[in-house]
Amino acid sequence: MRSRVRPNISFNEPLIFERSSPGKVAYQLPELDVPAADPLAALGPENTRSEIEDFPEVSEVEAIRHYTRLSTWNYAIEYGMYPLGSCTMKYNPRINELVARLDGLALTHPYRPEALAQGSMEIMARLQASLAEITGMDAVTLQPAAGAQGELTALLMIRALLASRGNPRRKVLIPDSAHGTNPASAAIAGYAVQNIKSNDAGMLDIAALEQSVTEDVAALMVTNPNTLGIFEENIVHAAEVLHARGALLYMDGANMNALMGIARPGDFGVDALHLNLHKTFSTPHGGGGPGAGPVAVKQSLEPFLPIPRLRSVGKKWAWDYERRHSIGRVRAFYGSFGVLVRALAYILAHGGPGLRKVTLDAVLNANYLRKKLEGVYELPYQSPTMHEVVFSDDRQARHGVRTGEIAKRLIDYGFHPYTVSFPLIVRGALMIEPTETETKHELDRYVEAMTQIAEEVENDPEIVKGAPHETRTSRVDEVAAARKPVLRWKPV
Amino acid sequence: MLDVIGAASVEDLFAHLPDAARLHRPLELPPGLSEYEIVRYFQDRASQNSSGFASFLGAGAYAHFRPVLVDTVVSRGEFLTSYTPYQAEISQGTLTTIFEFQTMMCQLTGMDVANASMYDGSTAMAEAAMMAVRITGKGRVLVSRAVHPEYRQVLRTYSANQGMPLEEFGYGPEMGTLDLEDLDRKLDGLTGAVIVQSPNFFGIVERVREAAELAHERGALLILVFTEAVSLGILRPSVEADIVAGELQSFAIPPSYGGPYAGVIATHEKYIRQMPGRLVGQAVDSNGNRAFCLTLATREQHIRREKATSNICTNQALLALMAGVFMTVYGKHGLRELAEQNLAKSHYLAGKLRPRFCGKFFNEFAIQLEGKSPERVNRRLLRKKIIGGLPLGRFYPELADSVLLCATETSRRADMDTLAEVLA
Repeated sequence: MRSRVRPNISFNEPLIFERSSPGKVAYQLPELDVPAADPLAALGPENTRSEIEDFPEVSEVEAIRHYTRLSTWNYAIEYGMYPLGSCTMKYNPRINELVARLDGLALTHPYRPEALAQGSMEIMARLQASLAEITGMDAVTLQPAAGAQGELTALLMIRALLASRGNPRRKVLIPDSAHGTNPASAAIAGYAVQNIKSNDAGMLDIAALEQSVTEDVAALMVTNPNTLGIFEENIVHAAEVLHARGALLYMDGANMNALMGIARPGDFGVDALHLNLHKTFSTPHGGGGPGAGPVAVKQSLEPFLPIPRLRSVGKKWAWDYERRHSIGRVRAFYGSFGVLVRALAYILAHGGPGLRKVTLDAVLNANYLRKKLEGVYELPYQSPTMHEVVFSDDRQARHGVRTGEIAKRLIDYGFHPYTVSFPLIVRGALMIEPTETETKHELDRYVEAMTQIAEEVENDPEIVKGAPHETRTSRVDEVAAARKPVLRWKPV
Repeated sequence: MLDVIGAASVEDLFAHLPDAARLHRPLELPPGLSEYEIVRYFQDRASQNSSGFASFLGAGAYAHFRPVLVDTVVSRGEFLTSYTPYQAEISQGTLTTIFEFQTMMCQLTGMDVANASMYDGSTAMAEAAMMAVRITGKGRVLVSRAVHPEYRQVLRTYSANQGMPLEEFGYGPEMGTLDLEDLDRKLDGLTGAVIVQSPNFFGIVERVREAAELAHERGALLILVFTEAVSLGILRPSVEADIVAGELQSFAIPPSYGGPYAGVIATHEKYIRQMPGRLVGQAVDSNGNRAFCLTLATREQHIRREKATSNICTNQALLALMAGVFMTVYGKHGLRELAEQNLAKSHYLAGKLRPRFCGKFFNEFAIQLEGKSPERVNRRLLRKKIIGGLPLGRFYPELADSVLLCATETSRRADMDTLAEVLA
């Protein structure tokens, strides 16, 4: 079995607190060039703390070994393929890291006088313009910290626009295949959520939509391509239905990777969308953040964008805080600037033609996997595949093996699991997104692994059910962990 | 690959897209650049920002030295390019560092539990307010005017459609601490949360204990906000607060023109299930070894959808890791010494000037520029390669003649002397 992984040395490592011993230090501070201040006098004894109990005390070499050893317990893109559907785990170019760390960018204080921050502002302006062109929208805010905050930002703007027309309305429509953040964001924006069923093709049921769009509906939140990796072929009509009744079309742009240079949300009727720069635009996930969730809108929503807005004054950039209709701020300062730098580096590296090629390759890779695996795993929807493909575990479930177990077995073959049990409309979903950065060689290895696992399910299901076998940590009992949560270390 | 798929060209894979949805021209973006050209582009932007200035800006983003180990660790591909640790068996690196992070945040704040991080301090505060409203079932929120003005703006945006009436209470013009009488007057039985910041926006150690007593008397929770995490190394943890919401930029996260940063929420054990954001818990694997995993996910949006405690999905894992490495490198003794150096620098500078308020301060303080405009003074300072303090008039009309100055361990005596000469 050439695909299987082999064990390497893996160090044991205690928690940093268990490594500590009194008096050890890993820091150096310069000698003070001013007189010391007595904390008791300066702050008052009532405000001054005693020592920080159990805080780490280690040497520098212990600190670096601690983190280096822990790091090897992680899987990462730089080790191998990460076929997580909807998460777009593409390679994160290292040049992005280099440019984001340039002193002149990384050390810039947000309240620097604008005259001394023109370079940073220029970067933001260029990224805004690039994203507007890619999405076909009129204006972009870079402020939201992540996709979910982008959703909230856009819904607040939709609410403000509708309120300015006399009625903010009450409901947001969300297809049953949507990301969980969609309904949660709608709730924070003060909207009730009404689910819309998908049709047999895995697309929006346009008849159900037409029935649902009443005077009460503020917007439809749609992901396109949706979480089944299927392009919503009725999207133009859906936009017309909504617009005719005074409602708006919001698009979750998590899957923009499938559309660059091919189709633009602004051209197919979308009024607002968010982008996940940590997906389509290659900024690293960092083990769960930071992300960035810019929002792009049509002209009608422009007056409601968060403050401050970039504005050009002659040849300079300035921040505009005086915007009467703005929804306000969604976070302090201007956005996750360091993430924005990385995303712009990615756009500059590819250019217009390169971004289109990204999309072509991503869709090619997903279709290749679909063809290679559809004889092995059940394909519940036959509609054309864009950037990701969703199978179900129907055939394997007959042998008592479910998607979560197949996913864990993939680890023994050197792959990160695909997205498990999502979207919810597919029973036992296996959601697979290869991205454009995987080679045919890697895809073939993945197909081989998935095929062998399917054989194991038939011949030796127990080996799959007990997986993973090759990891230093075996199956973790998450149920017991949640029943009696231990959320911090304490001395014995 | 096309043969396998049965398509003549890659373009065929898009043939099913309705024509009306298609883009029929190339994107109007220039062709791709080489690595060298990209580096040049960003170097040019960096120099457009100008360099070589000493800065006395704080106000929610602080200039602290970043220990070398921090970037060494976060640059490892295993941390940088891994996904959210849902697959515990191959994510123990990230999960363990988050568990350590949660523990260190508890040790610093005196709280029982801390989450895996939030987007930043401002959104952590807004989420803390929503959490307090859920716990108390009372929607009204009172926030001190000495809380960071941009944090208050974010709170306003978040609360607008949540049935959370928001009101501000004042600060004393002499001490620069919260006005207890004003708080007392405005606190009523419908108030679910009282929000204060310490050190507050003016750098002054706040009257947290008194505010907490008042809040608790009327059945409201007290939310304590911090923007300068280094202060935690020297200030008494305010255990009388019910929820602590803070910003960790000071812990080795680069100022980076305002983001990305990392916030955190910490609280008492009894409120865990109302907490937003991810949590890592201790577990056991099938071989009986200690392991960690994401836990209490039933609070979260991917399970609960519109009934979740928050719409937050991501945390700021890599930035929380920066903060974790920072706390490890400085450790028990270093964080204290670092805080003392900050205290020494700011008090040296303040000794040469007349602070606007007489409350006790950590590393920031306001001064009044009698008769001089802050903008004009700052222009003079720029000619001496110094970026002066933040003019306060932008947020506080009554303080239009004042600036907020910050001194940290990176402030040099010579620059402080020059600054003081121009300001005096």
